[in-house]
Amino acid sequence: MIVQNVFFWVLAVAMVLAAIGVVRSQNVVHAALYLVVVMAGAAAQYILLAAEFVAWVQVLIYIGAVIILFLFGIMLTRAPMGGDTTLDNTQRLSAAVVSLFLAGVLGTLLVDAFGSKKIAISGAKGEKLLHVGQAGPLADKIFTSYVVPFEVVSILLLAALVGAVVIARRD
Amino acid sequence: MILNQFLILAAVLFCIGVYGVLARRNGVLVLMSVELMLNAVNINLIAFSAYLRQSAGNVFALFVITIAAAEVGVGLAIVLLIYRNLRSPDLDRVEQLKG
Repeated sequence: MIVQNVFFWVLAVAMVLAAIGVVRSQNVVHAALYLVVVMAGAAAQYILLAAEFVAWVQVLIYIGAVIILFLFGIMLTRAPMGGDTTLDNTQRLSAAVVSLFLAGVLGTLLVDAFGSKKIAISGAKGEKLLHVGQAGPLADKIFTSYVVPFEVVSILLLAALVGAVVIARRD
Repeated sequence: MILNQFLILAAVLFCIGVYGVLARRNGVLVLMSVELMLNAVNINLIAFSAYLRQSAGNVFALFVITIAAAEVGVGLAIVLLIYRNLRSPDLDRVEQLKG
Protein backbone atom coordinates (compact mmCIF):
# COMPACT_ATOMS: atom_id res chain seq x y z
CA MET A 1 0.00 0.00 0.00
CA ILE A 2 2.87 2.37 0.80
CA VAL A 3 4.44 1.86 -2.62
CA GLN A 4 1.10 2.47 -4.33
CA ASN A 5 0.61 5.68 -2.37
CA VAL A 6 4.08 6.93 -3.31
CA PHE A 7 3.37 6.21 -6.98
CA PHE A 8 -0.01 7.90 -6.69
CA TRP A 9 1.39 11.14 -5.28
CA VAL A 10 4.27 11.33 -7.74
CA LEU A 11 1.84 10.80 -10.63
CA ALA A 12 -0.73 13.20 -9.18
CA VAL A 13 1.78 16.03 -8.81
CA ALA A 14 3.07 15.46 -12.35
CA MET A 15 -0.48 15.37 -13.73
CA VAL A 16 -1.56 18.57 -12.00
CA LEU A 17 1.58 20.44 -13.09
CA ALA A 18 1.15 19.22 -16.67
CA ALA A 19 -2.54 20.16 -16.63
CA ILE A 20 -1.60 23.68 -15.52
CA GLY A 21 0.88 23.64 -18.41
CA VAL A 22 -1.95 22.76 -20.81
CA VAL A 23 -4.01 25.78 -19.80
CA ARG A 24 -1.14 28.23 -19.25
CA SER A 25 1.38 27.45 -22.01
CA GLN A 26 1.76 30.15 -24.64
CA ASN A 27 2.86 27.66 -27.29
CA VAL A 28 0.13 25.48 -28.79
CA VAL A 29 2.40 22.50 -29.49
CA HIS A 30 3.76 22.58 -25.94
CA ALA A 31 0.17 22.51 -24.66
CA ALA A 32 -0.51 19.37 -26.74
CA LEU A 33 2.64 17.72 -25.36
CA TYR A 34 1.64 18.60 -21.77
CA LEU A 35 -1.70 16.96 -22.56
CA VAL A 36 0.21 13.76 -23.42
CA VAL A 37 1.73 13.82 -19.91
CA VAL A 38 -1.72 14.18 -18.32
CA MET A 39 -3.15 11.32 -20.41
CA ALA A 40 -0.21 9.01 -19.63
CA GLY A 41 -0.52 9.86 -15.94
CA ALA A 42 -4.22 9.02 -16.06
CA ALA A 43 -3.40 5.67 -17.69
CA ALA A 44 -0.93 4.96 -14.88
CA GLN A 45 -3.60 5.82 -12.30
CA TYR A 46 -5.94 3.32 -13.97
CA ILE A 47 -3.26 0.65 -13.60
CA LEU A 48 -2.95 1.58 -9.90
CA LEU A 49 -6.71 1.03 -9.66
CA ALA A 50 -6.37 -2.40 -11.37
CA ALA A 51 -8.22 -1.25 -14.52
CA GLU A 52 -5.74 -2.69 -17.01
CA PHE A 53 -7.96 -2.79 -20.06
CA VAL A 54 -9.15 0.80 -19.75
CA ALA A 55 -5.54 1.89 -19.16
CA TRP A 56 -4.38 0.45 -22.46
CA VAL A 57 -7.44 1.76 -24.29
CA GLN A 58 -6.54 5.17 -22.86
CA VAL A 59 -3.00 4.87 -24.21
CA LEU A 60 -4.20 3.74 -27.66
CA ILE A 61 -7.11 6.15 -28.13
CA TYR A 62 -5.97 9.28 -26.30
CA ILE A 63 -2.22 9.31 -26.73
CA GLY A 64 -2.36 7.51 -30.06
CA ALA A 65 -5.34 9.03 -31.84
CA VAL A 66 -6.67 12.14 -30.08
CA ILE A 67 -3.29 13.82 -29.68
CA ILE A 68 -2.51 13.18 -33.34
CA LEU A 69 -5.87 14.76 -34.23
CA PHE A 70 -4.94 17.78 -32.10
CA LEU A 71 -1.57 18.10 -33.80
CA PHE A 72 -3.33 17.99 -37.19
CA GLY A 73 -5.73 20.66 -35.96
CA ILE A 74 -2.82 22.84 -34.85
CA MET A 75 -1.15 22.35 -38.22
CA LEU A 76 -4.28 23.06 -40.29
CA THR A 77 -5.28 26.20 -38.37
CA ARG A 78 -1.72 27.55 -38.67
CA ALA A 79 -1.52 28.17 -34.94
CA PRO A 80 1.09 30.79 -34.03
CA MET A 81 4.35 29.13 -32.99
CA GLY A 82 6.63 30.60 -30.39
CA GLY A 83 5.70 32.75 -27.44
CA ASP A 84 2.88 35.18 -28.02
CA THR A 85 0.19 36.30 -25.64
CA THR A 86 -2.81 36.12 -27.94
CA LEU A 87 -3.83 32.61 -26.87
CA ASP A 88 -5.72 33.78 -23.78
CA ASN A 89 -8.67 36.12 -23.67
CA THR A 90 -9.30 38.96 -21.25
CA GLN A 91 -11.35 37.04 -18.68
CA ARG A 92 -8.46 35.12 -17.12
CA LEU A 93 -9.05 36.53 -13.64
CA SER A 94 -12.76 35.70 -13.52
CA ALA A 95 -12.01 32.26 -14.97
CA ALA A 96 -9.50 31.65 -12.16
CA VAL A 97 -12.06 32.78 -9.58
CA VAL A 98 -14.72 30.47 -11.01
CA SER A 99 -12.44 27.43 -11.12
CA LEU A 100 -11.05 28.03 -7.61
CA PHE A 101 -14.60 28.37 -6.29
CA LEU A 102 -15.57 25.13 -8.04
CA ALA A 103 -12.50 23.40 -6.60
CA GLY A 104 -13.45 24.55 -3.10
CA VAL A 105 -17.04 23.34 -3.45
CA LEU A 106 -16.04 19.97 -4.90
CA GLY A 107 -13.26 19.50 -2.34
CA THR A 108 -15.45 20.15 0.71
CA LEU A 109 -18.23 18.03 -0.79
CA LEU A 110 -15.92 15.06 -1.41
CA VAL A 111 -14.26 15.25 2.01
CA ASP A 112 -17.69 15.46 3.63
CA ALA A 113 -19.18 12.61 1.62
CA PHE A 114 -16.37 10.06 1.40
CA GLY A 115 -14.15 10.95 4.38
CA SER A 116 -11.53 8.21 4.53
CA LYS A 117 -13.21 5.29 2.79
CA LYS A 118 -10.62 2.85 1.51
CA ILE A 119 -10.16 1.06 -1.80
CA ALA A 120 -8.98 -2.52 -1.23
CA ILE A 121 -7.04 -3.71 -4.27
CA SER A 122 -4.77 -6.32 -2.74
CA GLY A 123 -5.21 -8.36 0.42
CA ALA A 124 -2.95 -8.53 3.47
CA LYS A 125 -0.70 -11.18 1.88
CA GLY A 126 -0.41 -9.25 -1.38
CA GLU A 127 -2.90 -11.39 -3.26
CA LYS A 128 -5.00 -9.58 -5.81
CA LEU A 129 -8.60 -9.05 -4.76
CA LEU A 130 -9.92 -6.83 -7.51
CA HIS A 131 -10.76 -8.39 -10.87
CA VAL A 132 -13.35 -5.99 -12.26
CA GLY A 133 -10.87 -4.23 -14.55
CA GLN A 134 -9.57 -7.28 -16.39
CA ALA A 135 -10.51 -7.78 -20.01
CA GLY A 136 -12.51 -10.97 -19.36
CA PRO A 137 -15.04 -9.69 -16.80
CA LEU A 138 -15.24 -6.41 -18.71
CA ALA A 139 -16.08 -8.17 -21.97
CA ASP A 140 -18.74 -10.26 -20.19
CA LYS A 141 -20.32 -7.05 -18.92
CA ILE A 142 -20.15 -5.19 -22.24
CA PHE A 143 -21.62 -8.00 -24.30
CA THR A 144 -24.39 -8.93 -21.85
CA SER A 145 -25.76 -6.05 -19.77
CA TYR A 146 -24.45 -3.22 -21.90
CA VAL A 147 -24.75 -4.60 -25.41
CA VAL A 148 -27.41 -2.12 -26.55
CA PRO A 149 -25.47 0.98 -25.38
CA PHE A 150 -22.39 -0.55 -26.99
CA GLU A 151 -24.10 -0.79 -30.39
CA VAL A 152 -25.62 2.68 -29.98
CA VAL A 153 -22.20 4.15 -29.23
CA SER A 154 -20.74 2.54 -32.34
CA ILE A 155 -23.52 4.05 -34.49
CA LEU A 156 -22.88 7.39 -32.77
CA LEU A 157 -19.16 7.17 -33.55
CA LEU A 158 -19.93 6.47 -37.21
CA ALA A 159 -22.39 9.37 -37.36
CA ALA A 160 -19.90 11.73 -35.70
CA LEU A 161 -17.11 10.81 -38.10
CA VAL A 162 -19.35 11.18 -41.18
CA GLY A 163 -20.55 14.50 -39.74
CA ALA A 164 -16.97 15.69 -39.23
CA VAL A 165 -16.16 14.87 -42.85
CA VAL A 166 -19.28 16.71 -44.06
CA ILE A 167 -18.52 19.79 -41.92
CA ALA A 168 -14.86 20.03 -42.88
CA ARG A 169 -15.30 19.29 -46.58
CA ARG A 170 -14.48 22.02 -49.07
CA ASP A 171 -17.35 22.56 -51.49
CA MET B 1 -5.26 3.89 -0.82
CA ILE B 2 -8.29 5.88 0.15
CA LEU B 3 -11.02 6.71 -2.34
CA ASN B 4 -10.83 10.42 -1.76
CA GLN B 5 -7.31 10.91 -3.08
CA PHE B 6 -8.46 9.87 -6.55
CA LEU B 7 -11.65 11.90 -6.34
CA ILE B 8 -9.81 15.04 -5.28
CA LEU B 9 -7.17 14.61 -7.99
CA ALA B 10 -10.03 14.33 -10.51
CA ALA B 11 -11.73 17.41 -9.05
CA VAL B 12 -8.51 19.44 -9.35
CA LEU B 13 -8.01 18.33 -12.96
CA PHE B 14 -11.64 19.18 -13.74
CA CYS B 15 -11.27 22.68 -12.31
CA ILE B 16 -8.08 23.26 -14.30
CA GLY B 17 -10.06 22.20 -17.38
CA VAL B 18 -12.84 24.66 -16.51
CA TYR B 19 -10.25 27.42 -16.22
CA GLY B 20 -8.85 26.48 -19.64
CA VAL B 21 -12.27 26.48 -21.32
CA LEU B 22 -13.07 29.91 -19.89
CA ALA B 23 -9.70 31.60 -20.36
CA ARG B 24 -8.45 30.27 -23.70
CA ARG B 25 -9.18 32.00 -26.95
CA ASN B 26 -7.76 29.52 -29.47
CA GLY B 27 -10.33 26.88 -30.46
CA VAL B 28 -7.88 23.96 -30.41
CA LEU B 29 -6.79 24.85 -26.86
CA VAL B 30 -10.42 25.01 -25.69
CA LEU B 31 -10.92 21.47 -27.02
CA MET B 32 -7.78 20.35 -25.15
CA SER B 33 -9.23 21.74 -21.92
CA VAL B 34 -12.47 19.83 -22.58
CA GLU B 35 -10.34 16.68 -22.89
CA LEU B 36 -8.83 17.43 -19.46
CA MET B 37 -12.34 17.56 -17.98
CA LEU B 38 -13.35 14.28 -19.64
CA ASN B 39 -10.21 12.63 -18.27
CA ALA B 40 -11.09 13.79 -14.77
CA VAL B 41 -14.51 12.18 -15.14
CA ASN B 42 -12.86 8.93 -16.26
CA ILE B 43 -10.63 8.86 -13.17
CA ASN B 44 -13.76 9.26 -11.04
CA LEU B 45 -15.52 6.39 -12.82
CA ILE B 46 -12.56 4.03 -12.46
CA ALA B 47 -12.06 4.94 -8.78
CA PHE B 48 -15.71 4.21 -8.01
CA SER B 49 -15.51 1.00 -10.00
CA ALA B 50 -12.63 -0.17 -7.81
CA TYR B 51 -14.35 1.03 -4.63
CA LEU B 52 -17.70 -0.65 -5.37
CA ARG B 53 -16.09 -3.74 -6.98
CA GLN B 54 -18.30 -3.57 -10.05
CA SER B 55 -17.32 -3.56 -13.71
CA ALA B 56 -19.92 -0.96 -14.66
CA GLY B 57 -17.58 1.96 -13.97
CA ASN B 58 -14.97 0.51 -16.32
CA VAL B 59 -17.62 0.07 -19.05
CA PHE B 60 -18.78 3.67 -18.63
CA ALA B 61 -15.18 4.88 -18.82
CA LEU B 62 -14.81 3.07 -22.15
CA PHE B 63 -18.00 4.77 -23.40
CA VAL B 64 -16.69 8.17 -22.27
CA ILE B 65 -13.41 7.56 -24.13
CA THR B 66 -15.37 6.73 -27.31
CA ILE B 67 -17.55 9.82 -26.99
CA ALA B 68 -14.44 11.93 -26.38
CA ALA B 69 -12.89 10.67 -29.61
CA ALA B 70 -16.08 11.51 -31.55
CA GLU B 71 -16.27 14.92 -29.88
CA VAL B 72 -12.69 15.78 -30.83
CA GLY B 73 -13.39 14.83 -34.46
CA VAL B 74 -16.48 17.02 -34.77
CA GLY B 75 -14.96 19.83 -32.66
CA LEU B 76 -11.82 20.04 -34.74
CA ALA B 77 -13.91 20.07 -37.92
CA ILE B 78 -15.87 23.04 -36.54
CA VAL B 79 -12.67 24.87 -35.52
CA LEU B 80 -11.29 24.21 -39.01
CA LEU B 81 -14.43 25.73 -40.54
CA ILE B 82 -14.16 28.78 -38.26
CA TYR B 83 -10.54 29.16 -39.30
CA ARG B 84 -11.47 28.90 -42.97
CA ASN B 85 -14.22 31.53 -42.70
CA LEU B 86 -12.58 34.02 -40.34
CA ARG B 87 -8.89 33.40 -41.19
CA SER B 88 -8.19 32.84 -37.50
CA PRO B 89 -9.01 30.15 -34.89
CA ASP B 90 -9.99 32.79 -32.29
CA LEU B 91 -13.33 31.89 -30.74
CA ASP B 92 -13.81 35.50 -29.56
CA ARG B 93 -14.27 36.57 -33.14
CA VAL B 94 -17.23 34.25 -33.69
CA GLU B 95 -19.90 36.86 -32.95
CA GLN B 96 -22.48 36.73 -35.73
CA LEU B 97 -25.05 35.28 -33.35
CA LYS B 98 -24.44 37.97 -30.72
CA GLY B 99 -27.61 39.93 -29.88
